[in-house]
Amino acid sequence: MSTSPETVKADLLEVFSKFKGQREELIPILQAVQERFGFLPESAMSALARFTSVAESRVYGAATFYTQFYFARRGKHTIKVCCGTACHVRGAAPLLEAFERELGIERGGTSNDFEYSLERVACVGSCALAPVVVVDEKVYAHMKAKQVKDCLADYKGKSRSNQ
Amino acid sequence: MTFRIDSPARLAEAHASCQAAFARQKSRFLVCAGTGCVAMGAMRVLSEFKRLIAERGLQVDVDLLFEGQEAEVGVAYSGCHGLCEKGPLVRYEPQGVFYTGIKVEDVPEILAASLDHGTVVDRLLYKNVDGSRSLTEHEIPFYSGQQRIVLRRCGLIAPEDIREFVAFDGYQSLGRVLQEYTPMQVIDTVQTSGLRGRGGGGFPTWKKWQYCRSAEGSEKYIVCNCDEGDPGAFMDCSVLEGDPHAVLEGMAIAAYAIGARRGYMYVRAEYPLALSRLHKALHLARQWGLLGENIMGSGFSFDVEIFQGAGAFVCGEETALLASLEGGRGWPRERPPYPAEQGLWGKPTVLNNVKTFAMVPAIIMRGADWFASTGTVNSPGTAVFSLTGKIKNCGLIEVPMGITLREIVYDIGGGIPDNKRFKAVQTGGPSGGCLPEELLDLSVDFDSLRSAGAMMGSGGMVVLDENSCMVDIARYFLEFTVHESCGQCVPCRGGTYQMHHILTAITKGEGLPGDLALLEEMAKAIIAGSICGLGKTAPNPVLTTLRYFRHEYESHIHDKACLALHCKELIAFWIDPELCKACGLCMKACPADAIRGAKSEPCVIIQDQCAKCGLCIALCPPKFKAISKKTGVLKPKTPWTSSRAT
Ligand SMILES: Cc1cc2nc3c(=O)[nH]c(=O)nc-3n(C[C@H](O)[C@H](O)[C@H](O)COP(=O)(O)O)c2cc1C
Ligand code: FES
Repeated sequence: MSTSPETVKADLLEVFSKFKGQREELIPILQAVQERFGFLPESAMSALARFTSVAESRVYGAATFYTQFYFARRGKHTIKVCCGTACHVRGAAPLLEAFERELGIERGGTSNDFEYSLERVACVGSCALAPVVVVDEKVYAHMKAKQVKDCLADYKGKSRSNQ
Repeated sequence: MTFRIDSPARLAEAHASCQAAFARQKSRFLVCAGTGCVAMGAMRVLSEFKRLIAERGLQVDVDLLFEGQEAEVGVAYSGCHGLCEKGPLVRYEPQGVFYTGIKVEDVPEILAASLDHGTVVDRLLYKNVDGSRSLTEHEIPFYSGQQRIVLRRCGLIAPEDIREFVAFDGYQSLGRVLQEYTPMQVIDTVQTSGLRGRGGGGFPTWKKWQYCRSAEGSEKYIVCNCDEGDPGAFMDCSVLEGDPHAVLEGMAIAAYAIGARRGYMYVRAEYPLALSRLHKALHLARQWGLLGENIMGSGFSFDVEIFQGAGAFVCGEETALLASLEGGRGWPRERPPYPAEQGLWGKPTVLNNVKTFAMVPAIIMRGADWFASTGTVNSPGTAVFSLTGKIKNCGLIEVPMGITLREIVYDIGGGIPDNKRFKAVQTGGPSGGCLPEELLDLSVDFDSLRSAGAMMGSGGMVVLDENSCMVDIARYFLEFTVHESCGQCVPCRGGTYQMHHILTAITKGEGLPGDLALLEEMAKAIIAGSICGLGKTAPNPVLTTLRYFRHEYESHIHDKACLALHCKELIAFWIDPELCKACGLCMKACPADAIRGAKSEPCVIIQDQCAKCGLCIALCPPKFKAISKKTGVLKPKTPWTSSRAT
């Protein structure tokens, strides 16, 4: 996806058109922008500041406060390893390490080929199935470190839509 | 067919009509579609039911249909049944046959038994410990100790069909309130019921409403806290997924009581399913006239907006939540003024938890005295927990207050799996604490839990067994709070960081003799020096584990041993040469290339190279069971004779 300032600008106008530009819309707008680009491009931040009449520093202040927002391009597939309490006590930590090892990236990182991003999340609401890993929208229940390889093989080279 | 309910009479009509439609449905299959069951493939099971029933030439009801259009068989999905561990769950009405662990392949058999032979598929029923099978939920011990108020409709109705909700007395309480109650009478009723907030603190709900009602200003707000930040808990999520209208109804009643016209729901970002069901529910409630202008012709107007959180635990704290709703960083502020006086945009605001709101219609419906008679005197009603961790029956439970931890863990939860020993139960998430075996007979209510150093919390209950290291649990929660501290208060920001640092050192065997006293001192300072509940409760996991499991800390510090065999730096993996059959599975898979061996010679782990990932234990065939963990002896001596040895 191109994120050159011009295309970003055109797309942003479309995103903004759904909002009034009020201050309390800041977070919903950030969410909409991220939904559109997969992350928050730099040029979007200043445009957003102008649109909502909020200082750019405050826009950054809000965006960096929440874990949901990203400032760099993400991988095609997002792997979320749940490290909530229920998953932690059933062995989430070795699982996360196995993913790190297998992908050669650290938690929070994105692989060089932009295939995968690896995230550590706190509870996805399926605690009874712990430990849980969510890849894109698919939930892997009772995951074990030895299944990590097979899990990744499901995604390698595939686009998000055709699984 | 929809109703436009513009008067109490229309509500009665809708109620009767929806109930009649329900009564006409001869039988139906309800597939559980809570987050857990969906993850296990419930949606595929649901489509298979629909497909096969259609193939039989039977008309399928996916919705409740009205007179003249009904089909013989209904298929729908419901919210969480609770027994998530055994999902996907399918319920067959009218008998309420309760099938567990259903796969797509099982569907034809269930259909044949239910529709053709009038029998049940025995092998898919819940299997009890003694091997017998239970036909319905009521016969399963997991359910028999429960009492359902908040979850009264979860699992029984299709959450996206407002007609089912109405058939199950939905919006009747709102109708009654608007017709028969003055706002003060609503508050009085809630006071008599003794309802306390289910968000964790247990603050009397009527008091909050009363303050807000008498606060100055004509603009007031209702906010529902659906942030559920406790990592490892999913009660609020399940209520929103399974019975979203109950929460909306409760909010509307509260709005009437305090004189608000607008409400907000702040929903955690990680709950896409709950969000979509909530949006649907909101849309239908508006369409039916149950939210919006002049509800049921009473002159009372109320509408709700949904706000999606963006991932910050501290936003569960009420003032932070309001700041986030206003569109900025979710920073808590000092109280007073309380939100009831100055809340959203400085206006008086009532903020309650999802379950608190969901209880209100039940109180109106069945009476304040009934509610007050359940649970205990000071904590009436029920508590909803997500029971997880090292427990046989993981899932969502609702129990009367005053039940003991033992009853929850052993009678409902079925005890600890794999013949392990119970060690502790953790309640209240990062703000709560760990309670040991000696306290298993403690009554579960707001005050008893607090006096034991833990907290009711919003409802996370994690069971720990002998393999859970209590120092690691404390470290885990501190890691969480370090990450989630908003950073305004230095004791919270810096203090939790330092405590985490010390705890990490202890789990690595680098703890010093003075560490425990230091931890206790720092905990005191953090509690005293933080403005919000996050900092004030962050040391709780450390304090309770120090109080009840001090010996575990001491063995980490003095003996460099983790008796739970959990802390990586203090354990070693060891292959018993007597048991190893030299199959080489572990050797081939070892990611650190730390295992040596040769044909017909037992494998050996090169300790300096071992990454302690545990893969070898997982791979060693159970019939050999040759690999184990050791602690206290840093590097077990192993005979090594192979010529390939380095
Ligand atoms: C750090 C922190 C996190 C909290 N998280 C939640 C939460 O996830 N859900 C919730 O309902 N209340 C949470 N609370 C409590 C709220 O501040 C507030 O007391 C509660 O929502 C009030 O509702 P109630 O009176 O119905 O309990 C949290 C409090 C603190 C200090
Ligand atoms: S703790 Fe992992 S899903 Fe809840």
